[in-house]
Amino acid sequence: MVKFLLNRLAMMLLTMLCASFLVFAVCEYTPGSVARKSLGPFATQQQVDLLTAKLKANDPLVVRYGRWLGVLVGAIPDPLQDPSTGLNFKDPRGAQYFGNFGYSTLNKLPVNDVIWNRLGNTAILAGLAFLLIVPLSIIFGILSGLKEGGALDRTLSVICITFTSIPEFASGVFLVTLFVILWPILPGTSPLTSDGGWAIPYQFVLPVAVLVIYDFGYVARMIRVSMIAVMERPYIRTAVLKGMSTRRVILGHALRNAMIAPFTVLLLQINFLISGVVVTELVFAYPGFGRLILEASLFGDISTLEAATLITVAIAVVTQLLGDLGYMLLDPRIRVR
Amino acid sequence: MATLDIPDAVQVARTKSQTRSNWMRIFYSRTALVGLFLVTFWVAAALLAPILPLPSPTDSDVMAMANPYPSAAHWLGTDILGRDILARLIFGARTVLSVAPLSVAVAMIVGITMGMLAGYYGGWIDTVISRFSDIILAFPVLVIYVILIANIGPSVMNIVIATTIASAPGIGRITRGLVLGLKEQEYIAAARLRAENTLYIMLVELLPNCRSMLIVDACLRIGYTIITIGILGFLGLGLPPPNPDWGGMVKESVTVLNVWPLMSLIPSAALVSLVLGFNLLADGMREAWKP
Repeated sequence: MVKFLLNRLAMMLLTMLCASFLVFAVCEYTPGSVARKSLGPFATQQQVDLLTAKLKANDPLVVRYGRWLGVLVGAIPDPLQDPSTGLNFKDPRGAQYFGNFGYSTLNKLPVNDVIWNRLGNTAILAGLAFLLIVPLSIIFGILSGLKEGGALDRTLSVICITFTSIPEFASGVFLVTLFVILWPILPGTSPLTSDGGWAIPYQFVLPVAVLVIYDFGYVARMIRVSMIAVMERPYIRTAVLKGMSTRRVILGHALRNAMIAPFTVLLLQINFLISGVVVTELVFAYPGFGRLILEASLFGDISTLEAATLITVAIAVVTQLLGDLGYMLLDPRIRVR
Repeated sequence: MATLDIPDAVQVARTKSQTRSNWMRIFYSRTALVGLFLVTFWVAAALLAPILPLPSPTDSDVMAMANPYPSAAHWLGTDILGRDILARLIFGARTVLSVAPLSVAVAMIVGITMGMLAGYYGGWIDTVISRFSDIILAFPVLVIYVILIANIGPSVMNIVIATTIASAPGIGRITRGLVLGLKEQEYIAAARLRAENTLYIMLVELLPNCRSMLIVDACLRIGYTIITIGILGFLGLGLPPPNPDWGGMVKESVTVLNVWPLMSLIPSAALVSLVLGFNLLADGMREAWKP
């Protein structure tokens, strides 16, 4: 078990390294340099060239990636914070510490000052959505999986397929038209300040609804497949033939077994929700992590983008590991020795 | 109910007429028919776009800008620049219905190749391909698209590249799973014994047996890709302007949603109907072809 965990941990680190290198390499396609982005559009070419030379931004890709990694683990100080650059970039944590994501050229602030706040906001949004997705998809999945092809199954399946066909921006448009314009009971933006006259809890309703609509149908379909497979097992037939009530067959025998496979699917939705929040946060002007990723990619803010990538990939690999561990816990048949 | 064990020989001995009736079986499913209808409707609209009596999708009707509601001249009204929404929808369908299937086709070719190699050879080839896939699959899908397109720029070619990078690992994983199950079958052993070359075994023996699963998957992926292209358009990363693009239409008009909601509602509804079509079709096929 210890060996399994160590193995997985090494794989997780390797995955994050590769992912961050891929992002680094892709960002090299951006026209415009780090120096130009730090100095702003009004700096002269001479100033830009000077800073480029100071930052050694013309070194080969691998060297620069190594330097970025060095700054991240705290082995070398962040070159952008060097007073000789004249940029006046100051990180209150110092220029050299473990977990230094560098300086955001977009926000002109240390990445660590920006990103955790945004991540927290998104965690609330995604967490609320998750709290609704889990029970909704379980109810829909179990009910439609009880009798495959029955009237209830067909109805619920069509509902689920329809909901999964509505991307976040479309459901955003539909819901805002309904509940903000035609019947104004909810705010159309969610800046998380009550300046607009709406209390903060109201501001969560539409963004959460948009996330739930797009995602729960998919999870419900997965749970349905698993439920169908369980309902065909001999032990269910035995239970029915013994004269057990349907209720006890479902709650006592089918449910726990049907939840094993979807458990992983549910955990993977955490990763999926990060995709979802990009659009949702743009629609509702929500100050979250997804919008930060979008803004950073559009601006070419490599430091922020790298930090965001590492965080999302870390979330993905950790949920995968949790999924596998939970899987073993739930199903004794697949325990690793 | 326990699943029946059909001897492999029976499955192999499927004749051509049975294959045809497999396709016909789709027509018995009501969901598949509705899906087929929606998809056919948009495909027909896209194909007929040049000969339909539509106003130009790019010309502004200045007179209509003050009153962009549906009228006899503009059946679905006009957008903020006075361009006919119906014409833009139909010409937009041409873009989305050519880019999405093209991207998925390329992604399927790459993904199936990856999955075949990993599943058939196993060993270090499998390890390398699977590890690489794991890294890509650890990214949230939309983040891959946003990072790639924001950096290499929006164009048909780049959307195809981004779709391939984002979807091929998933397709590869499905194919690998199918191939792992199939390669122990007797007819594969027979083909090896006949000294058929590997390419023949992959293309003639393995691929047709993965067919139904992969067609369903492709159909679902076309739906997702249409959504993604729409999202990219909505994020301002869509195809460059003269091409009408559904997501871009929503982006342009969402700022005036409280005044003229139709401008955003119509392209959103169009996108949902097309994606729904592909999803229902995929579901119908899966039900019809269930082993």
